[in-house]
Amino acid sequence: MTDFILKRMVSLVLPFVQMLGLYVIFHGHLSPGGSFSGGIITGLSLIAFSLVFGLERGQEKVSERMMSLVESFGALWYGAMGLVGILRGTTFLMNKGAGVPLGAPGKLYSGGLILLITLGVGLKVASTMVTLFVALMEEEE
Amino acid sequence: MSNKIAIVLLVCIGVVVLLAISELPLYGSPDTPAQNYVAERYIEGALSDTGALNMVAAIVIDYRAYDTLIETTVLFTAIIAVFLVLKKGTDRRGEHK
Repeated sequence: MTDFILKRMVSLVLPFVQMLGLYVIFHGHLSPGGSFSGGIITGLSLIAFSLVFGLERGQEKVSERMMSLVESFGALWYGAMGLVGILRGTTFLMNKGAGVPLGAPGKLYSGGLILLITLGVGLKVASTMVTLFVALMEEEE
Repeated sequence: MSNKIAIVLLVCIGVVVLLAISELPLYGSPDTPAQNYVAERYIEGALSDTGALNMVAAIVIDYRAYDTLIETTVLFTAIIAVFLVLKKGTDRRGEHK
C-alpha cells in the first residue's frame, strides 16, 4: 500500500495508541482494563503498522525471533512470579500471604505481584496477536 | 415407529427441562446459589487482601491466579498449533523441507 494520507495518519496516531496500550497494561490494577485488553491494544498498533507500511518493514521493527522470545518470556515470567510464594515458604502464586509489599492503594505500585504479572501477560498477549497476524499474512513461497 | 419413540422421548426430556426451569430462582433475586459467601468475601476483602483498586484484576490475577496462568498457556498452545499447521519447518542444517 502506498497511500500518503494513510501513512502519515498512522505515523501520527500509532505512538498514542501504543502509549494507551502500555497505560492500560500498567494501570490494570487501578482502572478498568488489564493485561489482556492492554496487550491487544499494543499488538494491534504493531499490526496496523505492518498493514500500512508492508509486512517487511513491520518485520524490521519487531522480528519474528524477538516475538517468539517475548512470547515464551511472558509465560515463564508468570510462573517465576508464582515461585516467589514458594521461595517465601507459602504456596504457589501467593501474593499478600508471601509477604510481598502491597503498597498504598491507588498508587502505581500497589497490589504486590499483580502489576508484575500483568506486565508479563500483557507483553505475551501483544506478541501473540502479532505472531498470529504474521503467520497468517505470510505468503507461500 | 421410530418417529413415535423419538417424540415420546423428546416430550419426556422437555418435561424434565421445564421442571428444572421452574425451580430456577428469579433473575436478580438475592438468594440465588451464586450469591454466596465467596462473592461477599471478594467484595469486602479485595482491597485489603491484594491492594488493587480494580476488583476484576484482584480476582483474575490474585484470587484466581491459577486460572489466568493456564489461560496464558492456552494462548501459547494456540500459537504452537498455528505454527504447526502454517509454518514450513527447517531441518538442522537450516534447509527448507
